[in-house]
Amino acid sequence: MSVDTAVRLAGLALKNPVMTASGTFGYGLEFAPYGDLRSLGGIVVKGLSLKPRLGNPMPRIAETPCGMLNAIGLQNCGVAAFLRDKLPRLPHAQTPIVANLYACDADEFAELAGVLSAAEGVAALEVNISCPNVKAGGIAFGQDPAMAGRLTEAVKKRAGDKPVWVKLSPNVTGIVAIARAAVLGGADALTCINTLTGMAVDIRSRKPRLANVIGGLSGPAIKPVALRCVWQVCQAVSAPVIAVGGISSAEDVLEFILVGAHAVQIGTANFMRPDMAFHIAERLPALMAALGIDSLDAYRGTLSR
Amino acid sequence: MGKSGACRDVRLLSVAPVGPEGAAYGCYLLEVENPGFEPAVAGQFVMVRPLRFGQNPVWPRPFSLCRLTEEKLTLFVQACGRGTDILCGLSAGDVVTVWGPLGQGFALEPEIPTLLLAGGVGLAPFVEYVATHPAPSNLSLLFGHRQPLSCYPFAEMAVRIGRAEAFEERSPADLPAFIERLDAAVAGHADGLVLACGPRPFLLTVARLARKYSARAQVSLENRMACGVGGCLGCVEKNALGAYVQTCTEGPVFWVEELALAEEA
Ligand SMILES: Cc1cc2nc3c(=O)[nH]c(=O)nc-3n(C[C@H](O)[C@H](O)[C@H](O)COP(=O)(O)OP(=O)(O)OC[C@H]3O[C@@H](n4cnc5c(N)ncnc54)[C@H](O)[C@@H]3O)c2cc1C
Ligand SMILES: Cc1cc2nc3c(=O)[nH]c(=O)nc-3n(C[C@H](O)[C@H](O)[C@H](O)COP(=O)(O)O)c2cc1C
Ligand code: FES
Repeated sequence: MSVDTAVRLAGLALKNPVMTASGTFGYGLEFAPYGDLRSLGGIVVKGLSLKPRLGNPMPRIAETPCGMLNAIGLQNCGVAAFLRDKLPRLPHAQTPIVANLYACDADEFAELAGVLSAAEGVAALEVNISCPNVKAGGIAFGQDPAMAGRLTEAVKKRAGDKPVWVKLSPNVTGIVAIARAAVLGGADALTCINTLTGMAVDIRSRKPRLANVIGGLSGPAIKPVALRCVWQVCQAVSAPVIAVGGISSAEDVLEFILVGAHAVQIGTANFMRPDMAFHIAERLPALMAALGIDSLDAYRGTLSR
Repeated sequence: MGKSGACRDVRLLSVAPVGPEGAAYGCYLLEVENPGFEPAVAGQFVMVRPLRFGQNPVWPRPFSLCRLTEEKLTLFVQACGRGTDILCGLSAGDVVTVWGPLGQGFALEPEIPTLLLAGGVGLAPFVEYVATHPAPSNLSLLFGHRQPLSCYPFAEMAVRIGRAEAFEERSPADLPAFIERLDAAVAGHADGLVLACGPRPFLLTVARLARKYSARAQVSLENRMACGVGGCLGCVEKNALGAYVQTCTEGPVFWVEELALAEEA
């Protein structure tokens, strides 16, 4: 049986739905020794800010049952260094490279979007309004529908013809309200979900395991929450949804497509083995064939109750 | 520098406690098929994740390359938590995922008198260093340990090199005497090369002594790692300029003066 893994996503053509999640795949190049970057559906790079950011103090990561906590604090090389040193070395002609944006206020987000929209080789902008690890900006934008809408509008105005994806936080009472506001603000797609806020402590040293005390929970532990969020958002908006949260197998990919996602991102599972995303992309066609699924378009959103 | 190899699933050839008391103290040698690694530099490390981990623990575990030959890769592992407990409880034939060799290894200056300072499991990278050094008579080793000496692969190293000394720390009261020994050893290598691997407090002491005697010194850090390949930014360390450097790719071996470590000592 021949299967079609191709996906159209808000103006982008992906050869398969398997992308990598921001912050878990470096700038892509770090993983080049472990697979062919061109075989991925897309690569979302580490969150970029206008100026380089130092990030949070150590320790920044802690392991939890079936997951991890991180409080990296958006350490990154800054947009100029990314465009100069990293992007030209990425296979952007063969695989869409998506820039993940972080800024402290709407003006700065818009300015960053302006810089990135002018860059050849950046296929789309993913706006991070949901980072739990920074004091200014970050999650505050993603918890208030009005702010999320205004911010999306500001970015969209400066994004030229680049699609704008808005990355949603699960740390809200109602994710659907934020999703609707982002779509009204002009979001071309929604990425769902960022990490859940969490905490870990050490009973011997009596200290928190992260210097930042709280951090973002990710990994297989959060998959049920991500699945629920993706399902709810897919029911509520017509914009395509990119699913992320605990995906670590081709089976997981199909679960998210079944509830309505157009594509997925592999995050923490890249740490389980550096060739994980490549493996998942490679295994997907055989799994689809085994299940009699010839196209993802036909399978998408066919969950029956 | 040996270049990064691929990520491979390989079979475990053997898991054996070191010496008669190794099992009681959790000290094991693990041998796996060489996953296709080219010759590496002592001080580089590998990430290891048994299939047995399933989804929990999530992360692989980093281990120094203790010995690498064409046929096999040997790791010296101290069981100290859930990941290393599982690893040391595996049997020959079990499958582990291994990637590496990763990071930057120790400097090799064969003609220069070189002092190896190891604390506990920090002995591991020096097994490879001693085995591959072209002029082992230029090497001295000072090894501080808490478990019985037979729990460590010390004896076979000691016979190859110029001078080897083990110092058993039976209680915290022995620490000042050990620091005194370290002080004398570093003083004796002020014009040489000092290489250290061990627990953080030990490395801070070495960094302080290296400054005191203006010795050229490298330390190997054991920071917590998730990916090992530069993808997560979880393993960082503050450098002398106040910026963060990635321990997995820019280290784990750093020149002491590159890091802000000495200020903490
Ligand atoms: C570059 C590098 C090389 C290493 N080489 C060796 C080696 O050759 N042999 C060896 O036995 N160990 C080595 N380690 C340490 C080893 O990785 C840890 O002991 C191991 O990850 C602990 O896993 P665990 O699941 O058993 O511990 P956990 O259950 O995760 O934690 C148990 C205890 O181990 C400590 N611990 C956890 N991770 C580390 C770490 N990365 N470094 C130090 N302590 C840690 C925790 O603070 C805790 O006290 C190395 C570490 C690094 C970064
Ligand atoms: C170490 C780490 C760093 C991250 N950095 C970013 C980031 O810079 N921008 C962002 O939008 N999300 C970031 N995330 C969130 C992930 O992209 C993803 O949304 C989340 O981890 C859930 O997916 P997972 O369970 O598959 O990891 C980061 C996650 C981790 C674990
Ligand atoms: S362990 Fe992930 S960047 Fe070093």
